[in-house]
Amino acid sequence: MRIVATDCGSTTTKAILIEEIDGAFRQTFRAEAPTTVEEPLADVTIGVTNAITELQELSGYRLVAEGGTIIRRPSGSMGDGCDLYISTSSAGGGLQMMVAGVVREMTAESAKRAALGAGAIVMDTIASNDRRRPHEQIQRIRELRPDMVLLSGGTDGGDGKKVVELAELIAPARPRPRFGGEYRLPLIFAGNRAVRSEVERIFAGDGFALSVVDNLRPTLEQENLGPARERIHDVFLEHVMAHAPGYDRLMAWTNAPIMPTPGAVGDILQTIARERNINVVGVDIGGATTDLFSVFGGVFNRTVSANLGMSYSISNVCAEAGMEQVLRWVHLDMDERELRNRVKNKMIRPTTIPQTHEALVFEQAVAREALRLAFAQHRAFATKLKGVQQQRTVGDTFRQDDGEGSIVDPMLLDLLVASGGVLSHAPRFEQTFLMMIDSFEPTGFTAIAKDSIFMMPHLGVLASVHPRAAMEVFERDCLIPLGWCAAPKGEVRLGKPALSFEIRGDQGVAAQGTLVGGEVRLVRLRADQRATIEVRPDRGLDMGAGAGKAARRDITGGEVGVLIDARGRSLQFPSAAADRRAAVSSWLKVAEVHEAQ
Amino acid sequence: MTKAYTPGLKVAAATNYRVRRLLPVPGDVRVEIGARVNADSVIAETFLDGDVFPLKAASVMGVQPAELPALMVKQIGDAVNVGDVIAQSKGIFGMMRTQAKATAAGVIENISGSTGMVLLRGPKTPIQVRAFVDGIVTEVLPREGAVVETPAAFIQGIFGVGGERWGPLVAASSDPASDLSAKQITAAQKGAVLFASGRMTAEAIAAARANEVAALVCGGIDDADLRNVLGHDLGVAVTGNEQIGITLIVTEGFGSIRMARKTFDLLASLVGRQASVNGATQIRAGVIRPEITVPLADAAGQSTASRGATTGLLQLGTPVRVIRDPYFGLVGTVSRLPDKPATLASGSLARVLEVQLEHGACVTVPRANVELIEG
Repeated sequence: MRIVATDCGSTTTKAILIEEIDGAFRQTFRAEAPTTVEEPLADVTIGVTNAITELQELSGYRLVAEGGTIIRRPSGSMGDGCDLYISTSSAGGGLQMMVAGVVREMTAESAKRAALGAGAIVMDTIASNDRRRPHEQIQRIRELRPDMVLLSGGTDGGDGKKVVELAELIAPARPRPRFGGEYRLPLIFAGNRAVRSEVERIFAGDGFALSVVDNLRPTLEQENLGPARERIHDVFLEHVMAHAPGYDRLMAWTNAPIMPTPGAVGDILQTIARERNINVVGVDIGGATTDLFSVFGGVFNRTVSANLGMSYSISNVCAEAGMEQVLRWVHLDMDERELRNRVKNKMIRPTTIPQTHEALVFEQAVAREALRLAFAQHRAFATKLKGVQQQRTVGDTFRQDDGEGSIVDPMLLDLLVASGGVLSHAPRFEQTFLMMIDSFEPTGFTAIAKDSIFMMPHLGVLASVHPRAAMEVFERDCLIPLGWCAAPKGEVRLGKPALSFEIRGDQGVAAQGTLVGGEVRLVRLRADQRATIEVRPDRGLDMGAGAGKAARRDITGGEVGVLIDARGRSLQFPSAAADRRAAVSSWLKVAEVHEAQ
Repeated sequence: MTKAYTPGLKVAAATNYRVRRLLPVPGDVRVEIGARVNADSVIAETFLDGDVFPLKAASVMGVQPAELPALMVKQIGDAVNVGDVIAQSKGIFGMMRTQAKATAAGVIENISGSTGMVLLRGPKTPIQVRAFVDGIVTEVLPREGAVVETPAAFIQGIFGVGGERWGPLVAASSDPASDLSAKQITAAQKGAVLFASGRMTAEAIAAARANEVAALVCGGIDDADLRNVLGHDLGVAVTGNEQIGITLIVTEGFGSIRMARKTFDLLASLVGRQASVNGATQIRAGVIRPEITVPLADAAGQSTASRGATTGLLQLGTPVRVIRDPYFGLVGTVSRLPDKPATLASGSLARVLEVQLEHGACVTVPRANVELIEG
């Protein structure tokens, strides 16, 4: 079997070839070409054909016909062409939505979750209690140019007046869609079913294409995001994609509906979490945005940090985090004024890459802050349902929070997956590994891996038509295991005893030692080596078994190995600048992040 | 021969400049095909829907929402002024009546018996689209606007703030090595598009604003100075709507960097002509760069290039500019194009090229870190 998958990004269309070899599915070739959604070509299929033509040249298989279409071969045939073709898309800025709900922390938040989970960028969330006055809300709605609107509000059988009020604000505001005057703006209503007819009456005019689905918050205790998410996907295909240049042709080529890229990534991570029964966090850091995905206790959440990224948004990362925060990761002498100009130059020329060691160090420092901020936003968003009386059920037991209400608890995190340019293209695995640990600050035992070539979107769609192929490729070719982080939760005292550890494994693996607060230790453990690690934290520190209690885990290695991290959570820096620089320098040296200069 | 990763910015001495001037919503087009227009000429105009003011009339009067329609004194479509009574309760035996009064002037657009809310629509706002450049109308797009064309010199900047402005092109200094200082700015430059080669200093920007200069065009600007002008740190490069009383355009980037000689010489040759500039920059999918357009009514038929950046080909001898440190801003020609990727000092493996710099040295840089010098 031969499968071709493409992901049409804003700038690049990436194609991969998946083949069944000796009974197992493997990703064999990869190619890319510029995306052609914008003028002068304005037809996405040209970029797709170009990428697949490169795939054809690399693989030696004939995949593209004379007319530029993809060759399909009959079932069981061994000839030219492919058996399955699938695609995702985030071209043209992806799917941009406005959502509205009555109470910001309840129905509006559920609506936001539904939109994000479907792969959208949420431009704004309007709620009756969002502290804006009605005319300010209307003004905001008028300024936005969304692809679609999701309106929720009210539990079934509950108060309907507020949601009708919201509808009455949105309708006269007449938000202008991105695709011009003739386009009727799709609006999905997923609120109190008792007021459906009222909502239908309000949006009966020419400007809207209304569709109604089941309430996404039928009761306070229950969130029902499935119908709204599915409808968002349908509307994305029927309205948004249909108006994007060339997508009508592309849709006719694919074996499964085209999915928004982040929606597909979310699907594959949920599949992994379910199959392995683990908690997962995945990150995709791009030039403009950072997407975070988590599956904890089977609950999926996604956030998009719209202006945290490494090129278009690099200046915003420095502004939001503060240059001081960025520079705390830098162990070299750098002039701040010069750096600020460099940041702006990267923003206006986003495709450039670091040439010098110093430029790389600085860019990775910015990345740490972008990831840290994005993860903080994600944790704040991924909470238990608000507005629910605190009555825990058996099903809730896995949803332990850390006191801040977030279900994303670093102690319960099993697997952390890195993807996106600055993580994927880092010259050394050690750099990606340490960037992830520094930014996410996992506690307990956490496996860290990276998506080899950002294949997760392709595999997300593939999972919908061929789950076995998707899983096999994910396991064998998509994820590169980097290693493990073992870090106790709690504040350490710098220079004072923090933990002792012991690692014993096959092939002669053996290491042990003690660490003081502020230290890290790297133990090399290859991907084909297994070991058992035991960490005994000092009083007040917790590895997951309770404060001061030893914890063990059976692990398999990776490209880097195991980092035992006694820097504390939150990670502590010495206060004096020279000491801080020396500490960072030693972390980088111990973790072998940079080759000896 | 290979494709450049970063397209160069257009610097054309003569091109056929074509610009679509469109309304955001349908309206009336005021020009016809063949009309000669000035930058100031109104191309099309219309009215934008007025602001919406919701009024919780039922709750103001202390009645049930369902009662509201019957209590309205004014009906949908009626014009009201601030303070006009729009609804009145029946009271008790005609006594103790409560009223809801208009909080804004406008027209009643909706009366809701479900929520008890009345929507008032404020007066429409007139909007006009002007020609932006002196030229000829070559196409009319009914209800939307028109296309204006002119032979012109056309220069793309790398970054700008502030919107569309026009005025006579004035050189602040004939020295291609000097920064723009406050001393070079005088009251006589009011309304002008002023250019200099080096960096625009904070003092120069302040002086230009004080003297109502229309726009400044320079090689570079310091990030700290931009922050001062805007009053905040710019997070993402999506600009054009800043209300700062001036348009600023840099052709090369941030820091102390001189304008490319070719750009400076072209501007110097156009001094005294009317220039139209737009600082709007959008560095996202669908990139928009700031523009400087100088119509050349006397140069019809001399078009040398089409408008807009293009992705060119890199080959030996191609003039390029390095756009990242450690050689940021230096220009030269491609002297070698190795096929195989090379390991950079950062440790990354990347495709590279060699550039013979103007001042003689030969350096190796990633292909991603150069842009073509086009024209």
